[in-house]
Amino acid sequence: MANELVNPESFFLKRFEINETAVERTLGAALERKADYADLYFEYRNSEALSLEESMVNHTSKSLSQGVGVRVCAEDRTGYAYSDEVTVDRMRIAAEAARAISEERNQEIAPVHVGTPVRKHNLYELESTALEVPVVDRARILSEIDKVVRAADRRIRNVMASFAVEQKVVMIVTSEGRIATDIQPLCRLNVSVIAQDGNNRQMGTHGGGGRVEWNYFIENDRWREYAMEAARQALTNLEAGDAPAGEMVVVLGPGWPGILLHEAIGHGLEGDFNRKGVSAFAGRLGQRVASELCTIVDDGTLARRRGSLNIDDEGTPTSRTVLIDKGILRGYLQDRMNARLMKMEPTGNGRRESFAHSPMPRMTNTFMLPGDSTPDEIIRSVPNGLYAVSFGGGQVDITNGKFVFSASEAYLIEDGKVTRPVKGATLIGSGPDVLKRVMMVGNDLKLDSGIGTCGKDGQSVPVGVGLPTIRIDGITVGGTRA
Amino acid sequence: MSDNGLALAEWALDEAKKKGASAAEVLFISAESMQTGVRFGEVEKLKSSRERRLGLRAFCGQSSATSSTAEIERDSLLDFIAHTVELARLTAPDPWSGLPDPALQARSYPDLHLNSPDGIIDASTALDLARRAEKAALGFDPRIKNSEGAEFDSGVYRVVFANSQGFAGEYSGTSYSLSAVPVAQDDSGMQIGYWYTSNRMFDKLDDPDSIGTTAAKRALRRLGARKIKTTRAPVVFDPQMAASLVSSLAGAASGTSLYKGASYLIGQLGKSVASQNVTIIDDGTIPGGLGSKPFDGEGLPTHRNAIVEKGELKTYLLDTYSARKLKMKPTGNASRSVGAPPGVGATNLYLEPGRYTPEQIIKSVKKGLYVTELIGFGVNMVTGDYSRGAGGLWIEDGELTHPVQEITIAGNLKEVFASIEMVGNDLVWRASVVSPTIKISEMTIAGE
Repeated sequence: MANELVNPESFFLKRFEINETAVERTLGAALERKADYADLYFEYRNSEALSLEESMVNHTSKSLSQGVGVRVCAEDRTGYAYSDEVTVDRMRIAAEAARAISEERNQEIAPVHVGTPVRKHNLYELESTALEVPVVDRARILSEIDKVVRAADRRIRNVMASFAVEQKVVMIVTSEGRIATDIQPLCRLNVSVIAQDGNNRQMGTHGGGGRVEWNYFIENDRWREYAMEAARQALTNLEAGDAPAGEMVVVLGPGWPGILLHEAIGHGLEGDFNRKGVSAFAGRLGQRVASELCTIVDDGTLARRRGSLNIDDEGTPTSRTVLIDKGILRGYLQDRMNARLMKMEPTGNGRRESFAHSPMPRMTNTFMLPGDSTPDEIIRSVPNGLYAVSFGGGQVDITNGKFVFSASEAYLIEDGKVTRPVKGATLIGSGPDVLKRVMMVGNDLKLDSGIGTCGKDGQSVPVGVGLPTIRIDGITVGGTRA
Repeated sequence: MSDNGLALAEWALDEAKKKGASAAEVLFISAESMQTGVRFGEVEKLKSSRERRLGLRAFCGQSSATSSTAEIERDSLLDFIAHTVELARLTAPDPWSGLPDPALQARSYPDLHLNSPDGIIDASTALDLARRAEKAALGFDPRIKNSEGAEFDSGVYRVVFANSQGFAGEYSGTSYSLSAVPVAQDDSGMQIGYWYTSNRMFDKLDDPDSIGTTAAKRALRRLGARKIKTTRAPVVFDPQMAASLVSSLAGAASGTSLYKGASYLIGQLGKSVASQNVTIIDDGTIPGGLGSKPFDGEGLPTHRNAIVEKGELKTYLLDTYSARKLKMKPTGNASRSVGAPPGVGATNLYLEPGRYTPEQIIKSVKKGLYVTELIGFGVNMVTGDYSRGAGGLWIEDGELTHPVQEITIAGNLKEVFASIEMVGNDLVWRASVVSPTIKISEMTIAGE
């Protein structure tokens, strides 16, 4: 399958029995009315998933999807139409539907000529995809996970493990004649463990992946690490007491707790919300929004990461965007339309879930650069607080800036020492304020293991986050112990 | 082909058998929709879509695999079917897997009035409705200074489902929705308000002016919101927020969560899981209901199931697989998406209305919180631990006073449901999961 897809452009033209002339005519039809820009997004996605529960790999599934999306942009208006039948007729109908947003033109427009290839990164050229690995081999790892977890402790009650792999082939053709293609692999291995002691039941979850080959999970026994980490978290939570309630000093561990950045500032810095002036960060470029210890970037160019892309879903190469430099707000995340309307440069953050969706500004891998403190120093500096090392999901209200993220593993800090585990609790803060309270930044930057999925306006895309250990002086912890 | 989904499904079932499947089922969904959005009166987006997908679940004895494809030409389907059957052979046999008991399959099913004759609404009518809603919001108060726009969506869909033991059925439906999201602003900052109407019948949608006006009021009442001190106090959930609590309970009552050991309701059947004021029903047979369907994702008839009756847990929600695991009978709650095996889903889920007006409920609170916003995913189904970001209005001596934000409310679902002290009479079917206003006697509110 992988080798068949070496050239995405001929792959699509052959697969859908269309030619460049048809593509040019479709774009011409899309631009027939007064529009700034039009593009076509061709997608073919092949995905498989296997899952284990109660020691059986009893669910396997496969999905094939393909289609084309036609977009027409005129000023701040977007017309979008898609079809999962990719034929010349369907593309014309979609173009006619999409162009309904714009007004009649008076003069003829120049015909579209496609053919300018787009420069792109080469972040995940794989020798093979996990789709080629025999299903029985993939299933065997899930069974191994089940065995090692159950052997670890008699309190393990259930193990659920799943492996998902997809290969996406995309081609974007724009009315400016640019043509961009990419093959985007993605894998994820996930383990959930339920431990039980008497009537007390707790869950632990871990996993990882990225734009990687199957071997990624085998080398260094990564699969085992995920399994044991999920088990450890479930067992730890069996000992957890009630979480405290109220504002306190919180130390976030490295890696996945970077979801703080994603919720607290990332969404608020997406171009669409700022162009419309509905973000709590609108109009604040150049202002201090974080302590000077904080430098935060969004970087879509990291090799093989879940949030990385060679090109975004509008065909723009991804980049590293400095969002906050030593506490000062420096940049927004842009797609083409919002960049044009804000007279800024696109940053390669125009993303979409699939051909059925219109692109919008989205994050890639968002993280804070490391500081000077050791994690030990940071913990020791706290007389009384919460140490949170693992999280579930988060959410933000862009307009008032309030955000939450929910801890799934946390401990009390007493007299500079990590002491008892406490139950998960939601942490709530204010985006433009919380990073001003960052008093220490660790030297231990870690990126998450490759598990993040971000939802916006009904569209899900894979993302990454990262964080060194940090100390925040004052964030509200939503436990039950008032 | 699009007019002959049943024939395609029967053909695919035959082919699966020829390829060696011992049993199979086919789901074929086709859908069309149009989404339109305006902002400051101008068209902002117009999206039209058309989709068809075929899903196949194939069994080789007790082994099964599920697959889906958008390539529904018969030539491509032959490969796809062969591959699915092969995948099923490679899957571990599962003693509980299989098609439902044929005796339980729906033989005939009612017309649930899921279809509006209006179909997809043309773009200019749709945009006009969105414009009216937004205009009403923008004109409501000078502090409504910005807008995230207004949207009108319409959709039609058709579901065809057949299995190799004689079930074949189809139904179609429509859905319409109109929403507005104005932004209020004053010296204290910005707040959005959201309000919507949603119905299967185009002519039963709420009036666009009322959507805009309500959205504006909801934004305005949040202006000047502040944090409050950490405390324990009564919490009143408005109907939308109460519905999210009801959803959480139904999630924990789902057979899938239960057999996995991932529910706080394990072993609670027949026991008290809520106060006596609480009756929670799931009913897939309500005519015109947004969650109604004549048969479930496995071809079994949908039912009216009382999950909780006067506080007692009466039934779980079950599909065939989870029912077999738990040694129970399926409840007609199999939900099925094209690419995944059946799971459990609620249909039209609601908490039965009580006798108090929302005003009486608020009046009964000396000091407490009226919750109108919740964010985050802080519900742990395994333990019932609940901790979510909240916003709303502070109640002082039975009156709504200032807005609050940047707080959390926390408790355990078992205790939260047990302490539902009052249930409102204000149930409105605005979505497929609904509730009246409810009052919880005490929760932890974390703030300053």
